[in-house]
Amino acid sequence: MYIKTALPPDLREVVDKLEAAARKAGLDFFPTIFELIDYNQLAEVASYGGFPTRYPHWKFGMEYDKIAKSYEYGLSIIYEMVINNNPCYAYLLRANSMVYQKTVIAHVLGHCDFFKNNYYFSHTNRKMLDQMANHASFVRRAINEIGQDTVETFLDVVLSIENLIDIASPYRAPVTKTDRDGLGHDATVHVPKIETKAYLDSYINPKTFIAEQKDRLEKEQKKAKNFPETPQRDVLKFLIDHAPLAAWQTKIIEIIRDESYYFAPQGQTKILNEGWATYWHSMMMEELCPLHESEIVDYCEHYSKVVATAPGGFNPYKIGVELLRHVERRWDRGQFGLEYLKCDDYKKRAEWDTKAGLGRKKLFEVRSVHNDITFIDEYLDEDFCHEHKMFIYDYDKKTGKQVISSRDFKSIKHQLLQQLTNFGQPIIAVVDGNYKNRGELLLSHEHNGVDLKQDFTMETLKNIYAIWGRPVYLETVIEEVKRIVSFDGRNHDVQKS
Amino acid sequence: MPNNMESDLSRFRKIVRGKIKQELRRFIANGELIGRQGKKSVSIPLPRIDLPRFQFGSGEGSGVGQGKGDVGDDVGQGQPQPGKGEAGEGEGQHSLEVDVSLEELASLLSEELELPNIENKGKKSIESSQNKYTGIVNQGPEALRHFKRTYREALKRTIAIGGYDPENPLIIPIKEDKRYRSFKVTEKPIANAVIIYMMDVSGSMGDEQKEIVRLTSFWLDTWLQSQYEGMERRYIIHDATAREVDQNTFYRTRESGGTLISSAYRLALKIIEDSYPLEEWNIYLFHFSDGDNWSGNDTNDCMKMLESQIMTRANLFCYGQVESRYGSGQFLKDLEKHFGSDHDKLTLAQIKDRDSIMDALKTFLGKGK
Repeated sequence: MYIKTALPPDLREVVDKLEAAARKAGLDFFPTIFELIDYNQLAEVASYGGFPTRYPHWKFGMEYDKIAKSYEYGLSIIYEMVINNNPCYAYLLRANSMVYQKTVIAHVLGHCDFFKNNYYFSHTNRKMLDQMANHASFVRRAINEIGQDTVETFLDVVLSIENLIDIASPYRAPVTKTDRDGLGHDATVHVPKIETKAYLDSYINPKTFIAEQKDRLEKEQKKAKNFPETPQRDVLKFLIDHAPLAAWQTKIIEIIRDESYYFAPQGQTKILNEGWATYWHSMMMEELCPLHESEIVDYCEHYSKVVATAPGGFNPYKIGVELLRHVERRWDRGQFGLEYLKCDDYKKRAEWDTKAGLGRKKLFEVRSVHNDITFIDEYLDEDFCHEHKMFIYDYDKKTGKQVISSRDFKSIKHQLLQQLTNFGQPIIAVVDGNYKNRGELLLSHEHNGVDLKQDFTMETLKNIYAIWGRPVYLETVIEEVKRIVSFDGRNHDVQKS
Repeated sequence: MPNNMESDLSRFRKIVRGKIKQELRRFIANGELIGRQGKKSVSIPLPRIDLPRFQFGSGEGSGVGQGKGDVGDDVGQGQPQPGKGEAGEGEGQHSLEVDVSLEELASLLSEELELPNIENKGKKSIESSQNKYTGIVNQGPEALRHFKRTYREALKRTIAIGGYDPENPLIIPIKEDKRYRSFKVTEKPIANAVIIYMMDVSGSMGDEQKEIVRLTSFWLDTWLQSQYEGMERRYIIHDATAREVDQNTFYRTRESGGTLISSAYRLALKIIEDSYPLEEWNIYLFHFSDGDNWSGNDTNDCMKMLESQIMTRANLFCYGQVESRYGSGQFLKDLEKHFGSDHDKLTLAQIKDRDSIMDALKTFLGKGK
């Protein structure tokens, strides 16, 4: 049945007005198509990650069940949904009041500008809506030809490793392969010597030096023989290239990988992206395109909900927008440069004002070049930390509660950065695809202080085994001891490494 | 707009159903579901269904937060923010609550235990036919015309042939557009059932024993309810004398003193004679005891009563013997001796502990009576 999703004239007018104001302020976004839908539909779209045309899988059903229930019980509500595509698509909730619609539209425009201009989104597919539909139709065809259960089981397996990608790879220049000797005659290593008279040989080519050289060359040669040559963090790619798979299976891994790479920048820029959108919606509602006075109270209520932080909680909207404002204030008052950074007189720093007025310009630069990690690393300073009463909490074994463990600036920043590393996912790489020279697979977890969730690790290994077809090993650290966890098709095993 | 959500959702529900079935034995043993039932459904707590992946453990629940407080202060279970997976998600939390109708639960139970459906007593009067409007067809009497569907068909056709004018939205249904409700005649047993629960509450029956009885009865109820439209329950407790009580008292009372099982049977018989004429009622009797009876004479009385009066009236008489430290367990042996182990209307089960409740249920209900 056809449901009208086009905007009614009054909303159309609001959108036009807000778009004009946004462009005037310097925002630059793809054309944005707003659709008005009711909550059920929004819950459906949200379950599919914003794309109405995803491949069929029960996890979307689960997500829907969750969203619909939490709406039903009044626990949470989604006001809008916007997807990174050209044109951008944004979904507005039909039941929203006009104040909310205005706020949400302004917020969406902030996101759209971010999608278009932030460096980390520069490699994403801007026709993802179509691409997702293509993916969906491939999966459907596979289901028809191969069978629902087989395809679904394989999807379950692949989805369980969808986070094993190399988020930095789209921004790296492709590595050009050095010529390799296809014949690989590697039996002996020949150390080049300087030719000389026999009696001088031990002086010109001392034995220890020759031995060292030999060692080095042998190591190098071994390295070249490694497979993969260097640890590969794009585990999905490695499996696509080397696992014994049927064509449809390869294609499914490619699909999941493609979508993972598409979504990765959103995970990398959550704080900055939400902060940016919140900054602009408040800017537009309050200054550029001010609301009617009758709407102010509703707007304030909405805004305070957006940036509310539960005691001990962490709200990316709040930290994002406040940190951006902090940057704006600093650059407006010229609080940057060597002279400022060197100044350690608290009072002087606080009153520092050269009337530089560069705040807005700086913000546009920040939105273009940073992701969450670099943003926090560059701009989260001690002043901000104090002003916003940030702390780290830890689990206290004695009381069984989470207690504030420190308000030390350095530790807070360290913890925050660590949490954001690799968009919150553990770093895992393929180290050896021919482990023990038996075609087994060795993965390695770069441990940074937090152990992996054990039951999940075991299950995931099982899933990788299902793809690789040979025993799979994972080097990791469990309770401060190095271990190798493995699955050989029948049993799990944990050994000291 | 997406229209594939329905299939994804039903796929998910199927998985959930499978999970419940998997966990059924545990649910039966630990009584987690009792007290969670509403009128028609039970809300079942399930461990989160999720795709496994390499992810950080709870990280001892550390993270970054904002707010007042000194070092060492409790941060107060802050709401974990969406998208920030780090903050305290306790292990083994039930994060999925599924509402399952009692009917569905009974059918899961029957699949798991391979229970036969109950054969009715085979009397003419117990079937009634009922019309249920279940579908839509193209032909039918005008009285059953489905206006909305008919209108929709007509509208579709009008638009398709290009005759639709938004200024003058005139829709004229023709014969092919018409849709009618169709009904199915379903045979419904109107038979009613009554379950009479009897429990020995003498000194030797402890709390754990009662808990076992309670769990067993819950599942018996669930199953029998799915089989009968109207079901009544009566509760009798006895030590040396018997009395009828309400459900709550039934499970809570603890008396002391001797045991005369015949007193309970006599009361049950009186209840049946007073309010449940045989032709209209399916009668189930469940008796739980630790197997101690006061005297051999009384046991003889019981046997006589069972044989000549109770068995002739009841669909099924079930005796469940709960193991207790003090009980001798003699009564079960006596029953077995008197009636033999494969009597048509008698089922005997020994319930050693919570884990054997499931087997007891299977014995009780496996006969399809």
